[in-house]
Amino acid sequence: MALDAKIPSGPLQDKWAKHKRDSKLINPANKRKFTIIIVGSGLAGGAAAATLSELGYKVKCFCYQDSPRRAHSIAAQGGINAAKNYQNDGDSVYRLFYDTLKGGDFRSREGNVYRLAEVSVNIIDQCVAQGVPFAREYGGLLANRSFGGAQVSRTFYARGQTGQQLLLGCYQALEKEVHNGGVQMYPRTEMLDMVVVDGHAKGIVVRDMQTGEISSHAGDAVLLATGGYGNVFFLSTNAKGCNVTAAYRAHKRGAYFSNPCYTQIHPTCIPVSGDYQSKLTLMSESLRNDGRIWVPKKAEDAKKNPNDIPDSDRDYYLERKYPSFGNLSPRDIASRSAKEVCDEGRGVGPGGRGVYLDFRDAINRLGEDAIRNRYGNLFQMYAKITGENPYKAPMRIYPAVHYTMGGLWVDYNLMSNLPGLHVLGEANFSDHGANRLGASALMQGLADGYFVIPVTLAVYLAGQKPGAVTTDAPEFKAVEEEVRTRTKTFLDIKGKRSVDSFHRELGLLLWDKCGMARNKAGLEEALKKIPEIREEFWQNLRVPGNGTNLNQELEKAGRVADFMEFGELMCRDALDREESCGGHFREEHQFTEADPEVKSGTTQPGEAKRHDDKFAYASAWEYAGKDKPPVLHKEELVFDTVKPSVRSYQ
Amino acid sequence: MNLTLKIWRQEGPDAKGQMQTVEARDIPEEASFLEMLDIVNERIIEEGGDPVQFDHDCREGICGTCSLTINGVPHGPDNGVTTCQLHMRKFRDGDTIWIEPFRAKAFPVVRDLVVDRSAFDRIIAAGGYISVRTGSAPDANGLPIEKDHADQSFDAATCIGCGACVAACPNASPMLFVGAKASHLNLLPQGKPELDIRVLAMVRQMDAEGFGNCTNHYECEGVCPKEISADVIARLNREYACASVKEGVA
Repeated sequence: MALDAKIPSGPLQDKWAKHKRDSKLINPANKRKFTIIIVGSGLAGGAAAATLSELGYKVKCFCYQDSPRRAHSIAAQGGINAAKNYQNDGDSVYRLFYDTLKGGDFRSREGNVYRLAEVSVNIIDQCVAQGVPFAREYGGLLANRSFGGAQVSRTFYARGQTGQQLLLGCYQALEKEVHNGGVQMYPRTEMLDMVVVDGHAKGIVVRDMQTGEISSHAGDAVLLATGGYGNVFFLSTNAKGCNVTAAYRAHKRGAYFSNPCYTQIHPTCIPVSGDYQSKLTLMSESLRNDGRIWVPKKAEDAKKNPNDIPDSDRDYYLERKYPSFGNLSPRDIASRSAKEVCDEGRGVGPGGRGVYLDFRDAINRLGEDAIRNRYGNLFQMYAKITGENPYKAPMRIYPAVHYTMGGLWVDYNLMSNLPGLHVLGEANFSDHGANRLGASALMQGLADGYFVIPVTLAVYLAGQKPGAVTTDAPEFKAVEEEVRTRTKTFLDIKGKRSVDSFHRELGLLLWDKCGMARNKAGLEEALKKIPEIREEFWQNLRVPGNGTNLNQELEKAGRVADFMEFGELMCRDALDREESCGGHFREEHQFTEADPEVKSGTTQPGEAKRHDDKFAYASAWEYAGKDKPPVLHKEELVFDTVKPSVRSYQ
Repeated sequence: MNLTLKIWRQEGPDAKGQMQTVEARDIPEEASFLEMLDIVNERIIEEGGDPVQFDHDCREGICGTCSLTINGVPHGPDNGVTTCQLHMRKFRDGDTIWIEPFRAKAFPVVRDLVVDRSAFDRIIAAGGYISVRTGSAPDANGLPIEKDHADQSFDAATCIGCGACVAACPNASPMLFVGAKASHLNLLPQGKPELDIRVLAMVRQMDAEGFGNCTNHYECEGVCPKEISADVIARLNREYACASVKEGVA
């Protein structure tokens, strides 16, 4: 099947306006007749649910959390980008577009990224009107700060809890629609499979997590806004419940999975402290506005008290290597640099896997109160977790899995290759290429939910007869039966090992072989080992209890079973992509002294080396059946406006 | 460190519950409280038992999912943190720790330490929002907001909806939660048009859910992981009184 991204023709800056003008509309009386199923209630799902309900559609919204307000969007700290140019520092829609495209290492679509930059300005207006308390200046106007990969201040923020405030705005809009009767909310309800009728996604099968009841829901379209798959690594900054199940089940029902190897490792997280650890905690990238990252120049200083190491013995390696972006270099670059200095034995803290993030100079320059005002809650969080005072000694940080750029393949309308299935937010693949810039996830989630899907969903619905498919269709009964059997299987294995023990084993393997740096041998080894772990999982898993009440082990078992298969797809994609780009760093593909780009000073040895002639495509994997290798399809990326170049932040 | 845990176990909403004694062995003091429970559960599973069910998700103190009453105090002995941010270094080797759910009539137990807090969603649905349709917003800088007001509104907006305020209150009153939402929205110019109907609707929903009222114990303020001030309750009372009078006159 040929992949048609359906990018509107015409000049880049006119595409979205043209598309809106040309798209079909559904009249208000007919909107009521359409039922839309939305899985996930974070920024993308919540915004879509609220907005589609305002438009008149009947919405059923599902989330595994006990309340839609708890979706993991809530944990985003730093901010949200928008090309408002309130700072008069030369920002524009084009510049935000260009920064995002370049930040993604030229592996995303021009059309989608431009649209994202375009609607970013509407998001800020919408959120302020909802009562989102963004930071303000004394004149009463909105404040901004800078984030990685940008040389302008375009990031709007709400202390260190921008995600929470945006999600509350979105959640309140959603609850308003619940009150108005347009949205039926299903909390503590987990999607366990998708139902396809005559080649169209027409419903889902869910489990009520409190009673264990398995049931079907039919709709005229299915929207997945189920977030990313970072928890495949076990340790990540994701919430414990985040999972790939909804997306992976859709994949097994025919939706293509794109670029699963693009995973973002965030440079500023609290280092791992022991094998009991259940998750990693992010310290916002915004800290890099004022914090300086360094390690000792000499490995023998790594154990010394940092305050005793004079400036002359410190290596502020980001400032040294990337003088124009310095500590605000993009995430992939900052993370790899941290790994490099730790590999050289200059890492600090227990285990030597850490670098310093130092506020000494900022505190001397601005005073402790100013720093407390900007980052107070982050400093408090650091102190609570580590038991150390970051006002007195530098923080220790290390990269951790944070975000996944890959996701289900979608076209310009956010529709998958499987008609009727639409994918929003982190769960799709379309806007961030091989690396996402900071403060762009919130932007994309809300852009998709508030402004894109309300227009593009009608393109699909216009060709559908509302309510044509009900749960009486035999396809629903069949999928329900599969789900029941699978659930029972988990309970019946009665082996010896817990779900978490398998998850940790898988996660460690993937972090080692498909983490910050990858190579052919390692990936091949992982592809051999994953099926072995999976085999043991299905033989030796222990899920206590039964399926008829709240059973968290059973919930985890379903998610980890899907991670076991998905991890393999991720390694396969990483193996196929014989280049380095953004978050995907293949050790075989880096610049060396011999390259002309290094000789001319454009880049340095060790930087990621793309191969645009062979890999300027988005991979789209098709599930081919149990024990069969997936089939690779390619969407060639076309660059009409921007010529892909060596991504330099020097 | 080694600890003795006294944990509330309850099979389901209608089952009778009881305290169970569980030994927690070899717990690293760097572990978080929930990681301690993970270790305990891992062992229970290995030994063929039923692991303790408890709510948690982000494990960084922002989603509001975790909800334990530890030694009688919602979110435990540390100030200004949720249970997931509480670390074992706050306890001593050999301690006995009592772990119960957040108790309130309006928060029925689902299983073990998990409770149903959907009453909070219904309170928000009753009026905890500003009615603005997507796409109808004016320019974000069109309406300057005094920084002081914006900051006060923000302080209230930091509420994570965990329900500790209810669990700590002898009346099981959610006034800190309701007051925080009211202050967040009512202090902003965007929230003014719906101020009266907002406070009336939210307070009425709160009563309908079976929550109690505030009688000035301020236990809520003491346990709030976001350290929201009980001032929001005073403001809510004033706004509610004014709105009621206006409603009576109209």
